[in-house]
Amino acid sequence: MSDDMKISKSDNVQIFAKNGVLQVVFCADVENTSYDIFEKDFLNTLNDNIKTIKIEAKNLKNWDSSLLLMVFKAIEYAKKNNIKYDISSLPDNLQNLSDLAFAVDRKPTKNTKTRLPFLDNVGFKTILLCRTISGVLTYIRNVLSSLGRLISLKSVMRKVDFLAALEECGPKAIAIVALISFLVGLILAFVGAVQLQTFGAQIYVASLVTIGMCRIMGAIMVGIIIAGRTGSAYAATIGTMQVNEELDALQTMGISKFDFLVLPRFLALIISMPILTMLADIMGMIGGAFVGVVLLNLPAQEYWKFAFNAFTLKNFLVGIFHGFCFGIIISLCGCYSGLNCGRNADSVGISTTKSVVSAIVWMIVATGIITVICQELGI
Amino acid sequence: MSKQAMIEAKNLTIGYGDFDLLKNTNYVVNESDIFIIMGSSGCGKSSMLRVLTGLLPPKEGKVIIDGVDMQNAPTKQIQKIREKSGILYQSGALFSSMTLAENIALPLEQYSDYSPATIKELASLKLALVGLKGFDNFYPSEISGGMKKRAGLARALALDPKILYFDEPSAGLDPISSRNLDDLIIEINQSLGTTIVVVTHELASIFAIGNNSIFLNGATKSITARGDPKELLKNPPNQEVYEFLTRGEKNATK
Repeated sequence: MSDDMKISKSDNVQIFAKNGVLQVVFCADVENTSYDIFEKDFLNTLNDNIKTIKIEAKNLKNWDSSLLLMVFKAIEYAKKNNIKYDISSLPDNLQNLSDLAFAVDRKPTKNTKTRLPFLDNVGFKTILLCRTISGVLTYIRNVLSSLGRLISLKSVMRKVDFLAALEECGPKAIAIVALISFLVGLILAFVGAVQLQTFGAQIYVASLVTIGMCRIMGAIMVGIIIAGRTGSAYAATIGTMQVNEELDALQTMGISKFDFLVLPRFLALIISMPILTMLADIMGMIGGAFVGVVLLNLPAQEYWKFAFNAFTLKNFLVGIFHGFCFGIIISLCGCYSGLNCGRNADSVGISTTKSVVSAIVWMIVATGIITVICQELGI
Repeated sequence: MSKQAMIEAKNLTIGYGDFDLLKNTNYVVNESDIFIIMGSSGCGKSSMLRVLTGLLPPKEGKVIIDGVDMQNAPTKQIQKIREKSGILYQSGALFSSMTLAENIALPLEQYSDYSPATIKELASLKLALVGLKGFDNFYPSEISGGMKKRAGLARALALDPKILYFDEPSAGLDPISSRNLDDLIIEINQSLGTTIVVVTHELASIFAIGNNSIFLNGATKSITARGDPKELLKNPPNQEVYEFLTRGEKNATK
């Protein structure tokens, strides 16, 4: 590239190279100027003969951060490549700003994160897993101790907190549980009816819905609804208390957070879940009846006769037991996630998600275990 | 007559995981002192407070409060000391589901044998002491930030503590509320003889209330100055303390 020529195509930002001096001149209005074009022109102009970079302003009127960026980058390039630079003809405020941009208050801390070798990584993850398991076991032990204190009348659980938690996960959840269970019963009946119709056995839809809802579906639907509605609220409430230092305040006051926060929620859920499961069973059966009687034109009396014939106390109690277990799981997962929440807003979101996911996973695991046990016991 | 040591930090090392924030620090807080823990952001002031209040175990060393070794004493003895300590957190840390009176009543219900009626009256009294007379049935969400701090202070005072800890009491307060809180701290100290430990970097508060202090240096991970803040300003032991206490004046000191 020849020396002594104007390089830049822009009128407001002109770049000249002459006698080893690269001159950048900003004229009139330099606003919303594309840095990419400047960088391209600037780098194209640079060659080994350039010994000084001179940045000037002529009749500069309006400018914004794009001008400052160009100045900053030009100086940065000069410093990096040991080229002299001169900004003395820039307005004072621009000079001050560029000085400010290069003033380093504190060196950034070196990122010490290094990629661990495979075996180290496995070891590290194993230690983390062991710590998590130990943490969970300690948590369960603390909840059991808290229950023990309640039984021995030494707990500091406030009755009002328990009643508030009970109201939240009981009466206030009735509408959503009823609606969803009705719809699940309805869907179950529809899906069953399509298959049973081929054998002319639509009437057995009543048995299918009754057994399905009472034995497992009612409890699972209530579990999923309550995990999303109440378990996540537990995690969010306790997590927010962590962020607001309320848990620290409890700890320093010597008040057990298990007695004060976990126990009322735990008791509320193990009481309300079986009741909600009963409600779900009934609403599911009504949903099934709606499909059977209204849409499949089955006689109502016949439908309910088959439904009651299929209803057994054994199935009903298995369903209620599922609900009880799910109550334990949801409350433990929700409170655990809340108590182990970080100290910022992000952490509350993360702990809420964790509570729902872990509750659903453990509910499915528990269902599997209960099913196998029932199978073995012939229930 | 020399004052009795209320808090002693002996060879205290504080940190998280492999990282040490402060190493081998020693200091004494005397009875009825208003003791300031100061230093620039990130130097470990709040962590030091967490160690003193038992929220964070020290990596090494020990804290002795009122003659009790808080790392090795029996749990019951430690609990007794904790009952005699009150803490005001930056946010007030009031329980949002409870009214102000219920917040204050909570430690009383836990640790005192007072009847519910007496506890209610005591809660009202504590609120009145911090200028919140009549606010008993308000929830934390219904009052301002400054009032939350006052209510937090009322809760901290519930059990007539021998030691009061304050974490950044002026943070988020307007100058007048901040000044009022400072006055309240002095009033409590003078009226009740309470030992007060304040973590702050608010210069106005430091000079207004502090009669003893330590300056934590994050770079050296140590205490680089100690004494009355006003004396430290007159005779700064090093440039960093001078700059801190003069809001960044660059004049070289001795």
